[in-house]
Amino acid sequence: MLSMVSPMGRFRCPGCGYVYDEAQGDDHEGYPPGFAFTQLPADFVCPDCSVRYKEDFLQDDPA
Amino acid sequence: MHQYTLTSADGQVESYTDHKRFWWMLSLVNPLIPLLGVGGHLISANELWLVVPLLLMFVLGPLFDWLFGEDENNPPEVLVPQLEEDRYYRILTYLTVPLHYITFLCVAVWVGTQSLSWWGFLTLTVAVGFADGFAINTGHELGHKRTKIETWLAKIVLAVPAYGHFWIEHNRGHHRDVATPQDPASSRMGESIYKFARREIPGAFHRAWMIEHERLCRKGVPVWSLHNEVLQSYLITIVLQVGLIAAFGWIMLPFLLLHNFFSWWVLTSANYIEHYGLLRATQADGKFERCQPHHSWNANHKYSNLLLFHLQRHSDHHANPTRRYQSLRHFEDLPSLPSGYYGMYIIAYFPSLWFKMLDPRLLALPHINGDLSKINIDPEAKQHIYAKYG
Repeated sequence: MLSMVSPMGRFRCPGCGYVYDEAQGDDHEGYPPGFAFTQLPADFVCPDCSVRYKEDFLQDDPA
Repeated sequence: MHQYTLTSADGQVESYTDHKRFWWMLSLVNPLIPLLGVGGHLISANELWLVVPLLLMFVLGPLFDWLFGEDENNPPEVLVPQLEEDRYYRILTYLTVPLHYITFLCVAVWVGTQSLSWWGFLTLTVAVGFADGFAINTGHELGHKRTKIETWLAKIVLAVPAYGHFWIEHNRGHHRDVATPQDPASSRMGESIYKFARREIPGAFHRAWMIEHERLCRKGVPVWSLHNEVLQSYLITIVLQVGLIAAFGWIMLPFLLLHNFFSWWVLTSANYIEHYGLLRATQADGKFERCQPHHSWNANHKYSNLLLFHLQRHSDHHANPTRRYQSLRHFEDLPSLPSGYYGMYIIAYFPSLWFKMLDPRLLALPHINGDLSKINIDPEAKQHIYAKYG
């Protein structure tokens, strides 16, 4: 039987290319591995460029 | 001359030579300027030499900007990856770090061991304060980068001007809030630099501490620990400055206080002129529009840009903060300053002159076109500004 693992997404800042990878989280910013992008605070700003907001991030195509 | 080339799939060859490549080495001269005063005094025993560094900065600076003019050259976008990978540019930023330490320590030893006149002491201290204010500029270039070595070098060089909180405040605070009324590091129309400094210096410290506090709480580590990236740099400052007091006695106290203050003042001056009056519009969702190139003032002056790692191409820096200095671009029709930063600093120190020169320039910007509602105005100056320009 196949176990269902919820797919982990990668979310990219369209300005500077920073990637928030849900599988990795972001240790420096204090988000543990598996921390969902949707759970990030509403006022989340790209940790690398601080120009783009959470709603600007684009999800990488899982393929 | 080093040339970058790229052949595209359709056989088109794009090439670029950075004519400023060699001249970027001027950035290594900037931190050393105060040593010219010390060296001259050492050789000639004439204290007048101690005035020379300040003259070099504030007389030759604006003069060379006027003499050598502006440079609007941009690298072709396809060659930017090659330009960014070229280690030469990065090594120059690394090298300025020890140079700031060498200058600071040499001047401290000179002040600590010579019995200088009050004016010799003052001019040399102010000069090294200004030179180490440019350490914040080096820390700025390094602190925006993603490599560990560069972020560490940023913390190390920021320890010299005792401004370790800068890279957090700037990267995570100023870049997020730039050109909004809530940014302590964006000046408002009608606000003099002296009023701005009283808002900017404590505001920057407070914002950096809050941002770092929040991050450490999320990580579940104590705020008062070595994990705190503000405290890491401060610790180096404490070792350095307490060490100097232990070595040379209480003469170091006024030296260090003045040195630190004037270093901070250089940053205040830069922050004051970089976004004066500019305002990001509020969107329907209540958030500010994202930072656009027209939310920063620019200067293309060759000489000061070479000393400041292209800091004055400020619009591209704010639109693309992780871009390296050698690839920052000039754009047409952006808010532009009549002189490089050295000249603009002097103008800013005379508020009535500043308002007279900059207010009409601000109002004439294409995206503002005289509309005061599109300007970040000091609330206390509002009445006066509306009466004058409304």
